[in-house]
Amino acid sequence: MLMNRSKGDRLFDALNVTFFLFVLALVLYPLYFIIIASISDPVKVNTGAVWFWPVDMTLEGYRKIFEHEALWNGYRNSALYTVVGTVINVALLMTGGYALSRKDVPGRNIITLLIVFTMFFQGGIIPTYLIVRDLGMLNTMWALVIPNAVSVYHLIVVRTYFESTIPIEMLEASKVDGCNNTRFFLRIVLPLSLPIIAVMVLFSAVVHWNSYFSALIYLRDESMYPLQMVLREILVRNSAQELMNVEDAAQLQDFSELIKYGVVIVSSLPVLILYPFVQRYFIKGVMIGSIKG
Amino acid sequence: MLKKILRSYELYLLMLPTLIYFAIFQYGPIYGVQIAFKQFTISRGITGSPWVGFEQFERFFSSYQFWNLLQNTLLISLYELALFPIPIILALLLNQLTSHRFRKLIQTVTYAPHFISVVVMVGMLYLFLSPSKGILNQILMLFGLDPVFFLAAPEWFKTVFVFSGVWQNAGFSMIIYIAALAGVSPDLHEAAVMDGASKARRIWHIDLPGIMPTVMILLILNIGQFMSIGFEKVYLMQNSVNITSSEIIQTYVYKAGLLNAQYSYSTAIGLFNSLISFVLLLSVNMIARKLNQTSLW
Repeated sequence: MLMNRSKGDRLFDALNVTFFLFVLALVLYPLYFIIIASISDPVKVNTGAVWFWPVDMTLEGYRKIFEHEALWNGYRNSALYTVVGTVINVALLMTGGYALSRKDVPGRNIITLLIVFTMFFQGGIIPTYLIVRDLGMLNTMWALVIPNAVSVYHLIVVRTYFESTIPIEMLEASKVDGCNNTRFFLRIVLPLSLPIIAVMVLFSAVVHWNSYFSALIYLRDESMYPLQMVLREILVRNSAQELMNVEDAAQLQDFSELIKYGVVIVSSLPVLILYPFVQRYFIKGVMIGSIKG
Repeated sequence: MLKKILRSYELYLLMLPTLIYFAIFQYGPIYGVQIAFKQFTISRGITGSPWVGFEQFERFFSSYQFWNLLQNTLLISLYELALFPIPIILALLLNQLTSHRFRKLIQTVTYAPHFISVVVMVGMLYLFLSPSKGILNQILMLFGLDPVFFLAAPEWFKTVFVFSGVWQNAGFSMIIYIAALAGVSPDLHEAAVMDGASKARRIWHIDLPGIMPTVMILLILNIGQFMSIGFEKVYLMQNSVNITSSEIIQTYVYKAGLLNAQYSYSTAIGLFNSLISFVLLLSVNMIARKLNQTSLW
């Protein structure tokens, strides 16, 4: 097939490769720029002297970041919320997803329908807020991990996975051996589901690590803020100045930019480090989801 | 039947936590939506508050912000919908790359921005688009153009919002189409090559029809989300200068409801928003079914 490529096709390929090189640059350059800007002299960055490599290297920005107590507190909070939230998410997804995948459960279709309906119609943030409030969850960790404990989309993905990987013969065989449903789920289904568990752990963890809006709505106590809320103060609401006592206003401005570049790196570090290893699981997750659209 | 139900009791127990979750946190709010037709006060509770009919809706429709909010919400949604084909085009082209390693590289790199949080994403926008120091304006100045304060200019808000979304998510959205493309039979391509079909024609006549069902499903789902713009990002990008262009229904609901405690009023606005989405979804799905295309149900 490669042998008889026509002239037109070769032109097509050349243009195509050029196009994707351009796409590559478009995605990578901003990310690369943040790295070099975070270790360059802020004055040089702000006057446009930094383009392709760091100029007048400095680690001052990172030094300031490491002294930033609120940021590390946010880091710890986020780690806690992510672990607890992910455990809840995955536990509900696996148990609920498996039970709903069993075709012999009476009422399965109506339950699935009721669940899928909530994907397209929701009460909205105010009624949800009132429920969280009535349950006494305001200003607690639970407000961040319980009200979004199950994603309908993920539940459907898990259900589809079980339907297609756990053959009914396996269940029948183990029933003959006197295995009940609970034991079958714990001893046979779960060990066979490690790939989907990995996928769901990753999806849930990233969602929790990156979320800020629940915290904005439900948390009052700043010491409980997750990382993203602290980042919002620094990056978006521009309060980086607070953490320095520099007299010179201009220098202060410069430093605040330097800190922002550094903060982007530091906060994305856990995801960046994990990304190359877990990337294929994410793709797998989307693929499984795509089987049933 | 009863025997069958009793026999599956363990399975019901397994799904019980999930069912409780949906009952409380999804159907609870749907029950609570009735406060849109009431004058809700916390002390009286949902059932104790008096009914006021459509008063909250009328108040919203006649408020001076109504048309502006609706316009912004619709324009951003349409803008995003117009860019819906970008991941499809990327996937079709990527599928034609002959070097396997180059393909993998592109995929790895373009998926990555999807995992950046909204806060960091908006923070990056502020850094890159800053009028005096941002790199984009420095490039503009390099070409002798005047710097633009993108995030403070109402006329730029929607473009910045939508295209930063493309930068962040186009790669990841492409995955599902790549999966669909892997399912297109290679026999069709071989036969077409025999007949002397060029790559461009094969994309158009084989690949595109091959992934059409996937495209339709995603399009329907997309339209179902029509009015639910990523408002967490909109909220972060808002400031007092661009507000005329950046206030959308959902950010307004948040402000009116939670910051100003007008619970009933903002619930009514939210309900208006989700009803539009829901009706849109139903109609698009119906049209797709009528046209004998793939539909959700």
